[in-house]
Amino acid sequence: MNIPANLKYTKDHEWISVQGDEAVVGITEFAQKELGDIVFVEVETLDETLDAEETFGTIEAVKTVSDMFMPVGGTVIAFNETLVDVPETVNKDPYGEGWIIRIKMTDKSELDALLDAQAYKAIIEG
Amino acid sequence: MHHDMGGKMVPFAGYEMPVQFEGINVEHETARLALGVFDVSHMGEFWVEGPDAFELVQRLTTNDVAALYEGKVQYTCFPNGKGGIVDDLLVYKFSDTKYLLVVNAANIDKDWAWVNANNTRGVKLTNASDATSQLAVQGPKALEAMQALTSETITDMEYYTFKVLEFAGVKNVLFSTTGYTGAGGCEIYFEHADAEKIYKAVLEAGKPFGIKPIGLAARDTLRLEMGFCLYGNDINDTTSPIEAGLGWITKFVENNPFTDRALLEKQKAEGVDKMLKAFELTDKGIPRQHYEICDAAGYTIGEVTSGTMSPMLKKGIGMGYVPKSHSKLGTEIFIKVRDKLVPAVIVKLPFYKG
Repeated sequence: MNIPANLKYTKDHEWISVQGDEAVVGITEFAQKELGDIVFVEVETLDETLDAEETFGTIEAVKTVSDMFMPVGGTVIAFNETLVDVPETVNKDPYGEGWIIRIKMTDKSELDALLDAQAYKAIIEG
Repeated sequence: MHHDMGGKMVPFAGYEMPVQFEGINVEHETARLALGVFDVSHMGEFWVEGPDAFELVQRLTTNDVAALYEGKVQYTCFPNGKGGIVDDLLVYKFSDTKYLLVVNAANIDKDWAWVNANNTRGVKLTNASDATSQLAVQGPKALEAMQALTSETITDMEYYTFKVLEFAGVKNVLFSTTGYTGAGGCEIYFEHADAEKIYKAVLEAGKPFGIKPIGLAARDTLRLEMGFCLYGNDINDTTSPIEAGLGWITKFVENNPFTDRALLEKQKAEGVDKMLKAFELTDKGIPRQHYEICDAAGYTIGEVTSGTMSPMLKKGIGMGYVPKSHSKLGTEIFIKVRDKLVPAVIVKLPFYKG
């Protein structure tokens, strides 16, 4: 299972890649595998400022619907428009082309509460 | 066995069933366009035998059993005496005194009790569900692929017929040209003891045709693309066959005195208030079971009974009961997806026409 060491994770299987005050958020390899074929990604929170753990969007596989949660508080400044027409990009490249949103973080210290790769690995391996 | 093939197992109606192997979309397309094999051993099988077998099956089911000939299969349902449906099922006619009923796994106990409770003339009933395995081999070339496993000609069999034959070296295999996918193919019934032998032979014979094991998740998307009802979703103890669009298996002919006939005949003559209809979303979104169906003003007029993203059409499709006023082809309705009204239109079945 691919769990890049340079990312932070949530127990809900989102990853976050910090770039200064901004960050990119997606779902993990484990999450895309569990969901199976992803057929719809919806983010209608563009320009909204949300708290950590608030729902920023929804991801649908053929059989399931899952909410996606903010790893930290922030403003949603971009949605990966590729996913509108090619949602399966999340399956193919969850940490790269399949990123979901870009945010401007409200308080970077919230990052400290997130899991590192090792702690996340421990969670998914139960 | 499915564990060995990388299957993702889930409990289903008390059985450990393979819900998914490689991925639902790949599996769906494989069954639609190439060849897929489904383990559907969870289905229930009841034998009905004796001089009054015909009378019992005729009385229990809405379709006309008299229209069957030996070797013919019929889709039908059990009305429940209150205008609802106990289950939908297949009837296989072996002779005037011997029929096989194939029922849904989740309903085996309920159906068995229902059939027994109505067995007023001492017909011999046998519940063979636990002893019987079933594989569905589905796809446009399924019969051609399976021909290698039997010396009897099966490639010319008509839709919804069956033969008992020697198959993969196993005697007394029941082979019918039936299925729940609309892709064509067959369903094969045999004893549990022969399951591994037959499964392996089917995979081997299917190899040149690109056969893959298909899970129950794709079975559901395949049946929904055809608009086939799923008991528990689209039909249940409170929906009538007339409301469910199953008038075509409800035969008000002479000498067919089935349960609820008078009630259903009245519904057919006078019309019903709600009808099971098929719809496609005209905007992005995926309808799901229990989502509300609304009118243009946002009032709830019904509920989605089955919904999915169609793997072949790449759009949201579903079924649900709507009032007569919104049942006409082309009528615009709305599906409430997470508090948003997504437009949809009533369409004709099947969704996927090949």
